Amino acid sequence: MSARAWRLGLRTVALGYLALLLLAPVAMIFYRTFEGGLAPVWSAVSAPNAVHAFWLSIELVAIAVPLNTLFGIGIALLLERGNFRGRALLGLVIDLPFAISPVVVGLALILVYGQAGWFGDWLARGGIQVIFSVPGMVLATAFVSLPFVARETIPVLRELGTDAEQAAATLGASVWQTFWRVTLPAIRWGVVYGVVLTTARALGEFGAVSVVSGRIEGQTQQLPLYVQDRFENFDATGAYTAAVVLALLALATLVAMNLLTRRTRSRTPV
Amino acid sequence: MAIEASNVTKRFGDFTALDDVSVRVDDGALTALLGPSGSGKSTLLRIIAGLETPDAGEVEIGEEIVTNAPARTRDVGFVFQHYAPFKHMTVQGNVAFGLTVRKRPKAEIRARVHELLGLVRLEGLAERYPSQLSGGQLQRMALARALAVAPRVLLLDEPFGALDAQVRGELREWLRRLHEEIHVTTIFVTHDQEEAMEVAEQIVVMNKGKIEQAGSPQELYESPRNEFVMSFIGPVNRLGDSFLRPHDIQILGGWDFYSDDTSTEALIERVVHLGFEVRVELKLHDGREVWAQITRENAQQLELEEGQILAVRLPPPRVFA
Repeated sequence: MSARAWRLGLRTVALGYLALLLLAPVAMIFYRTFEGGLAPVWSAVSAPNAVHAFWLSIELVAIAVPLNTLFGIGIALLLERGNFRGRALLGLVIDLPFAISPVVVGLALILVYGQAGWFGDWLARGGIQVIFSVPGMVLATAFVSLPFVARETIPVLRELGTDAEQAAATLGASVWQTFWRVTLPAIRWGVVYGVVLTTARALGEFGAVSVVSGRIEGQTQQLPLYVQDRFENFDATGAYTAAVVLALLALATLVAMNLLTRRTRSRTPV
Repeated sequence: MAIEASNVTKRFGDFTALDDVSVRVDDGALTALLGPSGSGKSTLLRIIAGLETPDAGEVEIGEEIVTNAPARTRDVGFVFQHYAPFKHMTVQGNVAFGLTVRKRPKAEIRARVHELLGLVRLEGLAERYPSQLSGGQLQRMALARALAVAPRVLLLDEPFGALDAQVRGELREWLRRLHEEIHVTTIFVTHDQEEAMEVAEQIVVMNKGKIEQAGSPQELYESPRNEFVMSFIGPVNRLGDSFLRPHDIQILGGWDFYSDDTSTEALIERVVHLGFEVRVELKLHDGREVWAQITRENAQQLELEEGQILAVRLPPPRVFA
């Protein structure tokens, strides 16, 4: 076979794989959603439980993503710039959410924060219910989306090296000034990419949240749980519509980040 | 400001980078720390800057003990080997950095940056980013950035190491002139003895974490204290335990005419023309090999040819106990 034929063949296989796995199902969802016109879609979108699920998803992302961004940058700095015993162990621990199945995460959270759990009783006496309520969902969402910012930031920090930071120190900058003016601008692409991944993961999380939420309609259903609920109740339009909203949210995140990075990039060539 | 390091020791794991080192640099002097890689010269510089902490010993800058003071309070200008530019800032932003973090008024910063860019001849490039500069320009930007805050001392780590030969030559010359102009106490680290001799007023020769000798270039060249200094500063021939400088070997002429009781018989193995200087590789009658350094003029008069037998006069050899 000629090189040209090879290339064509490879391209067909790669595109075919993408089409079968990614494009066709997503396209089908869009198609099915709008099959019956806009009226049923509108009523599905404006259903009170759907609206609630949408805002709950936004709320979870709004809490989990900033938390994990701060934590992720902190951990990355600690791992790359710190010098302490147990660094290797810490590096392993932050990957746990990648390794553990989300269902196990959910069960583990119940064991700790549930009624019969370690803190459950104590928390209940304080009037705080974690499991089968929103705080538990925040915990689960934060847990599964935890490593992304750290993992994206660590290689960039390593690549950056310590020279620029030391230069800043000799020029009289405090640790804080050095971080804001030198380190953060240099690692921002890694952080931004980590934030995109964290957001996508937090939006889409199903397993762990499903276990800890109790899936109470109109109370502890975020979008993925709502999609599942509609699907199980033979409300195809409701399920498809919510799925489309979820997909659009993820897409909006990607586009927003892309625009943001493109704009800053053209201003400062790095 | 004078700089003094007393009994400084620094270990990295099992490796002793500095072993009880004491050195003093006078106010306003231009000093080179010279040594092979691993001699501890960069570590000593970083300890003076506060980028490393010594395991033992003290550091004084202008009579003030700074051993445990953090780098940012030491008022030291440091130029890194690879310049450590802030890549996301313009040249102007880089040079202004030290003043910006000190929260100086904008007008003052602008004036100072302008002044420094003039000093390092980068006036037209204020709005460029580091990725758009050449190595020599980056070097000068790093220097301007370090000087902007009017540091008490200026420290440079292998300042010309990463540049090509021509730019390096120009920058050496320029650093020397700059020092004459601003007179800030300056220490630079180098492994290149020629660079140290050409630029520095005082040279501290280091080897294996210790100081071998400190003095003016001339002192080190003419009265090296030991074998290491002799062979590190300037070219050298080694004959058993003794050392002699190639330019101290006198070529008298053909053996048949010029031999006397002070001369030695030698065979020309190779003549290498290096411009003004000519390098003559010789085999002595007892089989030992040396090379002599003579001027082009001298070589022409002597009409040297490979294979010729010569009478040469060797200087009294130097032996270090």
